[in-house]
This record gives sequence, structure tokens and C-alpha cells, in this order.
Amino acid sequence: MAPAAPGARDVAIVAFGQSDHRRSTDELSEVEMLMPVLHDVLAATGLKTGDIGFTCSGSSDYLAGRAFSFTMALDGVGAWPPISESHVEMDGAWALYEAWVKLQTGDCDTALVYSYGKSSPGSVRDVLTRQLDPYYVAPLWPDAVALAALQARALIDAGDTDEPALAGVATRSRTAARANPHAQLRGSVPHGDYVVRPLRTGDCPPVGDGAAAVVLAAGERARRLCERPAWIRGIDHRIEAHGLGVRDLTDSPSTRLAAERAGVFERPVDTAELHAPFTSQEVVLRKALRLGEQVTVNPSGGALAANPVMAAGLIRLGEAAARIHSGASERALAHATSGPCLQQNLVAVLEGDPR
Amino acid sequence: MAKEPVAVVGIGQTKHVAARRDVSIAGLVREAAQRALADAELTWADIDAVVIGKAPDFFEGVMMPELYLADALGAVGKPMLRVHTAGSVGGSTALVAANLVAGRVHGTVLTLAFEKQSESNAMWGLSLPVPFQQPLLAGAGGFFAPHIRAYMRRTGAPDAIGSLVAYKDRRNALKNPYAHLHEHDITLAKVQSAPMLWDPVRYSETCPSSDGACAMVLTDRAGAARAPRPPAWMHGGAMRSEPTMFAGKDFVSPRAGKDCAADVYRQAGIADPRREIDAVELYVPFSWYEPMWLENLGFAAEGEGWKLTESGVTELDGDLPVNMSGGVLSTNPIGASGMIRFAEAALQVRGQAGEHQVAGARKALGHAYGGGSQFFAMWVVGAEPPTT
Repeated sequence: MAPAAPGARDVAIVAFGQSDHRRSTDELSEVEMLMPVLHDVLAATGLKTGDIGFTCSGSSDYLAGRAFSFTMALDGVGAWPPISESHVEMDGAWALYEAWVKLQTGDCDTALVYSYGKSSPGSVRDVLTRQLDPYYVAPLWPDAVALAALQARALIDAGDTDEPALAGVATRSRTAARANPHAQLRGSVPHGDYVVRPLRTGDCPPVGDGAAAVVLAAGERARRLCERPAWIRGIDHRIEAHGLGVRDLTDSPSTRLAAERAGVFERPVDTAELHAPFTSQEVVLRKALRLGEQVTVNPSGGALAANPVMAAGLIRLGEAAARIHSGASERALAHATSGPCLQQNLVAVLEGDPR
Repeated sequence: MAKEPVAVVGIGQTKHVAARRDVSIAGLVREAAQRALADAELTWADIDAVVIGKAPDFFEGVMMPELYLADALGAVGKPMLRVHTAGSVGGSTALVAANLVAGRVHGTVLTLAFEKQSESNAMWGLSLPVPFQQPLLAGAGGFFAPHIRAYMRRTGAPDAIGSLVAYKDRRNALKNPYAHLHEHDITLAKVQSAPMLWDPVRYSETCPSSDGACAMVLTDRAGAARAPRPPAWMHGGAMRSEPTMFAGKDFVSPRAGKDCAADVYRQAGIADPRREIDAVELYVPFSWYEPMWLENLGFAAEGEGWKLTESGVTELDGDLPVNMSGGVLSTNPIGASGMIRFAEAALQVRGQAGEHQVAGARKALGHAYGGGSQFFAMWVVGAEPPTT
């Protein structure tokens, strides 16, 4: 629980970049998709690859359809002379966490974090079934939308939401995305036909390709690199049981615990970037995080407007940080998720310096 | 800002075999984790976080298996991180876990790495589709054999060196109850007459495909004080990466390996590794990598590594024992292989290595590498806590 613990080192997100998220990027390799984003964050800070103390990335071989897919991205980073570097086979939000831990050791003052995912080459609904228990569940190929629909049905049955309320979440997200030039879906869209009852097209995330990167810096270094650093006041992540039958799908205790450890409940936040690929998951997260109506939720449009798998969580941290950088937020919450039906959750609190 | 000292207080591994048909992936990892907890005399409740590593998900055909393994590793309600840095992952995973303790984020962390190669086919798992890689590389041996040839040409090493390493490591494995290959009838002549796979690498000079897992419990100073057995103390740890391919890359002695070793030695206050380190676990999947890494890590001058091997210095009873456990040549659950090196180094300085114990080992090096000789992870552990 170091975030709130005395002695934790002040670390901030000082730059954030992301690609334009698109349904398909056949003409680009993953590296070509990533490179402009890396250049953006380095240009924003004036740092070069050789100036970065630690580099960490997140991606998945299964999306790429080949082993060691991250090695090619490393070539793109330009790891010469050799760099201190690591990789998580997770969403980039957890790469950011590993980098934050590295900064806590005092070994370095800056870190580059990036992640990317191309869903277009395959069927991401099917690919994600390979995350499930390989002996008893995965052979049945229950896809990601079907599992989310199970969760949505549980919520409706529990009286926590209904279909019009879910449609409202979709409308608000897509409307907010109008102001986000990187979003894949912008503006109002019809609620659509059922994909898997009770979820309609509008309740589900778009399938797309994208990349994101952030730069972290500690203490005074952050102040020199960014006019208004987004200080990470707390960050924590927790995992739950894998089996859907042993979890209450209407609740997210791992999100609540991570939020407690990150200090979310100590003071109100004004903004929350939630990684909720399905409208119904926003309902679960709002409850777990005790977010009231006064909190601006997903001003970027969230994962309903762009959901590049493996980068969407890191983008939530980046979007929250960008709101701090611009002065639009004083204290923001960022959330990332992984696994079926919100199995694993990361929560961070970002703050600007008092004005 | 001084880092928290990191201690290894629990080590557990499975008996490594070609196929563990009696357990699921979850059963395999739980076995190693429970042994590490038992060694530390701790329970699942004492663990604050879990850091897990393995090589490509295609090896078992499970995408991000840590999600499914959360229950088996007692991680429910806890933080769980999944590291993947190719063949070096076992070492990197231990270092990420160590950073959680060193950065005072958590007090006690379980770290584990595994591979259950029998669930799938590693050859296919490693075969990248054209055009991402040149065809006909024929697995890892096909990639590394030309670099071994380059080493032989560069140093003038006699052809027999590789077989000496394989003969030594396979004999060492006979003293390690967890090693996969126990070739009781091994002779140098048998190694030298084994079929040639990728010239100059013979069948007996290559690693097996194993099912297996390795786990460690890492803790802070307070946790070490409560440990029932002597801890191993981390004196230095580092990772370095360089690009897969570019014109300036030295595949025989990659700069990332040199830089990584230099960083670890600096942290550990080691000026002369040849004299100050008592035992070495190197990642040697093909026999010739022993002399190659001895040079890369500064145990021998450039071109001289094979002479250490030839003179018997790296034998179990030599002046600088290398791969006391039998090494990767005897046991290779790929994702776990790096962590086994780190764990064996820790076992040595704890005096817990049993029949393959190096008498009086006080400082030991654990080493892992991966990808196209581009990812490196190392640590130096000691019997005494670090002084700085």
C-alpha cells in the first residue's frame, strides 16, 4: 500500500499520446502504428530514448497471432545503446504500474510506457475466449460479448439498471467522444439491434486498432518536463477469482479494494476515466467506486468510443492525466480492467498541484 | 533514498519432466508455490502480491493464463502482475517482484514462473509466420548455431569444448533431484557421438523440452528476520534489452549482456567477478553458450572463456562452478528456466543446494537471456545482507 504510505516517491504522468483508433489498419504494422505515438510523447518532453531511465510495454501475442510480438516494437523504440526495459503480457496500464514501481525503488527518474493492440486481423470476440480456463471453459468458446451479456442480465435482474439506462450510458459516451479526435466512434449512434441479449450494438465497444504511450517522471524532474504534472497520488490493482460462477457479477470488490488502497475515497474526484467496454460495466464500476452524478465520467468517450485491446486501460490513465495537464481536472480517477467481466482492476488517483 | 533490502526466504520447484500428465497448468504452478511457501514456513495469507512469468502464451495455447491461475496461486484479492520478456522472463519476473519489495510497495511477494510444454508444441509456438521472420530458421538451435560458429572462428576454440559442457551439466543434473534429464549412463564419448542437429550443436548439447515451475518468496528485512532458514540477500539486479537485429549487433557477445552484468556488479560492489563470485548459474540452452557467456559477463577475457571450461574450472568441484544444478541443458521449462537459475543461485548461498552444493558459497550469480540474444536479466545474491 505504498501509494498512500509515507515515503512513497512523488511520480507523475508528464506526457500522453495516442493514435487515432480505427477499425482496421491493414496498411500499418504494429510498429508503424506505435512509432508516431512514441515520437509524440518524447517530443512533448524533449527526451530522447537514451534519456529514459526505464521502459515498459504491454501487449498480447494472441492479438498479434505470433509469439514474441513485442520484440519488433522494441526494435522500433531504438534500444541502442541497450536500455533498461521490461514487458507485461497485459494492458499497458499494468506496464505503467511496473514502471511506477521501478521509479519507487529510486533506480531512475523517468520512464517510458507504451502499449498497442490490433484487433482487426482476427475476431477479437473469439480470441478473448482463449483467456478462459483452458480445460473446462475455453473449449466451449463463450465469447467476450456473451460473457458481458451474462453480467448485464445479472444487473438487470438485480434491479441495478435497465435497458434504457444502459442506452443512456452509450449516448453520453458517444456524445462526449465528439470532442475526442482520436475516438473511433463519435457522435450519436443508434442503440442498434441486439448482439447478445440484453446487449445491443450501442452497449458494446467498437473493435479497433490503436496504440498509446505515456512518460512518467519523479519529483522535480516531472516539474521540469511538464507545466502541470499529473501526480500519481495512489495506484493499486487487484484480481478476483476467474470462474464466473463463484463471483457476484453485479459487484466489483477488486475495484473497490484497489480504490481504497489508492486513496480514492479520501477526497472526492471530479473526473473518472473508467475502462468499461460495455455499458453495463460502467454501472458496476460506478457503484464500486461510489461515483456520484457530480463526477464527470469518461469525458473522452471511454472504451465505448474506442477500445484498442491492451491499450484501452493505459489510455484511461493518459486521458485522466491529460485533463490534469490542461487544468480541466484537479483530482481524477483512472481505471483499467482485464479478464472476463471485470476480473482484474487497476485504479489510480491523479492530481495537479494546488492552484 | 535507500532501497529496502530484498531477501529470498522460500524456494520451491517441481520435479521437471517431459510431460506432467497428472496435473493441469494450475496444479503445476500450485505445486511449486506451495513448496516455496513451505520452505519459508509461510501461508498464502502472508503473501501481499503475486508476480508470474512465462514465455509465449502459444506454448500452452492460453492467452494471459494469469487470469485463470489467480485462484491456484492464492492471488484472489491481491495484486497480480504477468511479466513476459521471452527466454529471460524467469529472471525478469523475479526482478519485478524484487522491485515491489525494494520500492517498499509490498512486504512479501510470491514470484513464480512456469512452462508446461507438453500442453502444446513449442516448435510451432516459436515458428513465426513469414514475413515476420525469415523461413527455415528451424527453431532456436537454427537461430543460435551460426553465432556459435562465429564464436569458434573468433576465438579458435577447439571443437570439443561444447561436449565438455554438456557432459559436465548432465553429470551435475544427477545430483539434482528436480532436474529433468537424469542420464545415469552419460559418458563424454556418448555426447560426442550424438547426432548433429545444427552444426556444431549435437543432440546431447541441446536443452530438453520440460514441464515445470519454479517459485520464490521474496521479503523485506523484517520478513527475513522471521525466516526459519538462512535467506539469500539480493546484492544487485538488472535488466537490459537491445534490438533483435541491426548491423552493429554482436550476436556472440551482445552489449546488453555486458551492460547488464556491469550494472549488477556495480550494485553489488564487485570489481572482479572471477574472484568474488563463488558459483554461477548461467542460461546455457546450447552447450557452447557457457564459454560465450563467461566472456560476456566478465569471468574471462575475450577469447578466453573456452579455456576456463577446458581446464575444468567450471566443474562442480572447480574454482568457478557453473550450472551446478545441471542447468538449462538438463531442465528447460522455458518460461521457468531463468527463474530456476536465479533460485539455484539463491539455494547455493543459503547452503540449501543438497548434493550439488558448492562448499562455502557466499556469493552467486543467476543469469537469464532471451529473444535473439537481446533480453538479459541477472542478479547477484549473497549469504550476508548488503552493506550499502
